[in-house]
Amino acid sequence: MAKADFDVPVLKQYPEIPEIEPGIMAHSSPFKAKEQFQAPLGFPGALVDDWQEKAIDKMGDLLGRYRSLRVYLDSCVKCGSCTDKCHYYLGTHDPKNMPVGRQDLMRKVYRRYFTLAGKYFPKLVGAEDFTEEVLQDWYSYFHQCSQCRRCSVFCPYGIDTAEISMAAREIMDHIGVGQKYCNEIIGKVYKIGNNLGLPGPALADTLEGLEEDVFDDTGVEVKYPLDQEGAEVLLITPSADFFAEPHVDGLIGYGKVFHEAGVSWTLSSHASEAANFGMFIGSYENMRRVALRIREAAIKLGVKRIVFGECGHAWRVAYSFLNTLAGPWDFLDQRYPIPQHICEFTYDLIQQGRLSFDKSQNDDMVLTYHDSCNVSRASRMGDRPGGQFDIPRAIIRATCNNFYDMDEDTIRDRTFCCGGGGGLLTDDLMEIRVKGAQPRVEALNNVIQEKGVTHMAAICAICKSQFTKVLPYYGMDMDQIVSVHQLVSNALILTGQTTDEDEVEAADEAA
Amino acid sequence: MSFVSTVYAYLFYFAAFVLVAGLATKVVQYARTPAPLKIPTTPAPTTRTGVVFRLTREVVFFESLFRGNKWIWIFGWIFHFGLFLVTLRHLRYFIDPVWAPIQFIQPFGIYGGIAMVIGLAGLWARRFLVDRVRYITSLSDHLILALLVSIGLSGLAMRFLTHTDVIRVKEFFQGLYAGQVMLLPADPLLLLHLLLVAGLMIVFPYSKLLHMPGLFFSPSRNQVDNPRERRHVAGWARRLEQQQ
Repeated sequence: MAKADFDVPVLKQYPEIPEIEPGIMAHSSPFKAKEQFQAPLGFPGALVDDWQEKAIDKMGDLLGRYRSLRVYLDSCVKCGSCTDKCHYYLGTHDPKNMPVGRQDLMRKVYRRYFTLAGKYFPKLVGAEDFTEEVLQDWYSYFHQCSQCRRCSVFCPYGIDTAEISMAAREIMDHIGVGQKYCNEIIGKVYKIGNNLGLPGPALADTLEGLEEDVFDDTGVEVKYPLDQEGAEVLLITPSADFFAEPHVDGLIGYGKVFHEAGVSWTLSSHASEAANFGMFIGSYENMRRVALRIREAAIKLGVKRIVFGECGHAWRVAYSFLNTLAGPWDFLDQRYPIPQHICEFTYDLIQQGRLSFDKSQNDDMVLTYHDSCNVSRASRMGDRPGGQFDIPRAIIRATCNNFYDMDEDTIRDRTFCCGGGGGLLTDDLMEIRVKGAQPRVEALNNVIQEKGVTHMAAICAICKSQFTKVLPYYGMDMDQIVSVHQLVSNALILTGQTTDEDEVEAADEAA
Repeated sequence: MSFVSTVYAYLFYFAAFVLVAGLATKVVQYARTPAPLKIPTTPAPTTRTGVVFRLTREVVFFESLFRGNKWIWIFGWIFHFGLFLVTLRHLRYFIDPVWAPIQFIQPFGIYGGIAMVIGLAGLWARRFLVDRVRYITSLSDHLILALLVSIGLSGLAMRFLTHTDVIRVKEFFQGLYAGQVMLLPADPLLLLHLLLVAGLMIVFPYSKLLHMPGLFFSPSRNQVDNPRERRHVAGWARRLEQQQ
């Protein structure tokens, strides 16, 4: 079990709504970005002198540019429906981690400076000046939100705390209070092309290694091409897929699927990142700049289709925003969705009967599936609403014999965040990450106890990294989290593949 | 007495003006503020018709609240539906002749009044009994509940305890249409009831009661899920494109 200098939540059989413990997470806040990480994004390097005025100006600017922000700040009636829905509240008991509690940190400032009631009767409506203490609360608690949108499902007006968190981070960035983790990473994308700062040659090396591994394993020459002009498909995948476990097993799976489909494909060293942390910091401009790299790569390589690998928030940006940010995509093949998710790609092939599987290859696992928040509540797969739930499950069922869902209240659009999304996947936020994972891990633990589940599959790079790190705090193993396309990879029978039976026969003959 | 009637006449002109102008300002503001990105909470309808159904379910049944919390849903729905019936019943003071459906609804309006107060009592109780809701409650939340409960109770009192001359009440409001100040019955309960209603009209555009227009403008509920099929670009975002 991993060592923690804080109390790891106890997993219960039935979920409990905790009593509030005000201020208990006030100490949690991420490292601040120094000037070197702020400047490339166009933000001031340290808290500006007239920060209060600048912040209010920026808030006014955003209120005029985002209907969501304006409507959400006005509409809340404090009914309480959201109060027990946030995984960070359930895991920490801090009332400022209740969605409405978090929103109110901004709403009280909004009311003070932008509403009649707040200007003249601040006490009455809970309006407050934007003081240094309030700013401190903002920095702390708006970095305890993973922008997972679970609150928006249960709000009678659809108020989405993610929109408020994004706006708050955007305002803070503009007065020089940025978060190191996100802003440093966005800088790396601008400079090198991906979040991890892997240069082209390193990528080429890794991909070559994968080709060798797959050949050793299967006897089939599956290619993992980089910067190949004229390829049909451009694959955009989170850079964690290039080396992290279990991510890389997913990448191996994508390659095998493309190989079996007979579709030429390539990765790009220029756009070697599906993730777009511009969304986390609520910066349209930065999100757009990151997204445009994909357009540039697609044009340069002359591809016809764009397919995204397994990544949650990346799929939100891809599915919901890419057309807006980097479209129009009139130069791509209009017969296919633009962009397409790798799960949609694989699912279509399964439907057409073009992939054959040996499900028994996954018999060493009993699986459950973790719906990633951004895929579930901010995107879609396939033609029908809810395809984002059914398609990954259909792939798992096609490749595995043993599959059980977790409790209904914790899956599909009611899924719990892994606890590490929204730009919180950094070691300086370990406590909130572990505590925020509690509701998900609790549901996982219950299917482990009741159904004998051994592994949880996911289609998000952040989820995979987060669980790898966090599960050990709860006494589970880090390798209990797997990629969906890892399951595909295990079970897929490649044309001309040497199977285990062949080897057994060969061994028999030799004997 | 004519002095009081004059005061109330101007009060209602003022209240009606604030309500209409204030709400119109807000609605125009919401409508003119762009929604630059597609952010419907999914699974979401893929057609406009689907969105109309989604919003109708939210408005009529409080669908999301039902999924969120059964207690708030039952009290909230009882209150709002009761208020709806009460409003329909009260239309008889403002239209002449009274339409048949409004005549039919009259007795239900009384049940609506009782339901409204019961619902409000439940919602108010939660503000004291549930620690999470107590934490997020500010003074204005109590005051609005007090206002609505007082309106409900003073109204019910006129039905069950001391009747007022409703014919003259109707004449008063009909007179306002023509700019004439007719005499209001000098019943304290009636005057209190009307004063509170005018107060409610005035605070409406400046309070959380904005959730009523807000729901229709909420991008997570009113957007069609079709970002891959149709390019969605806000005005200011398009200017960003032209700069490069």
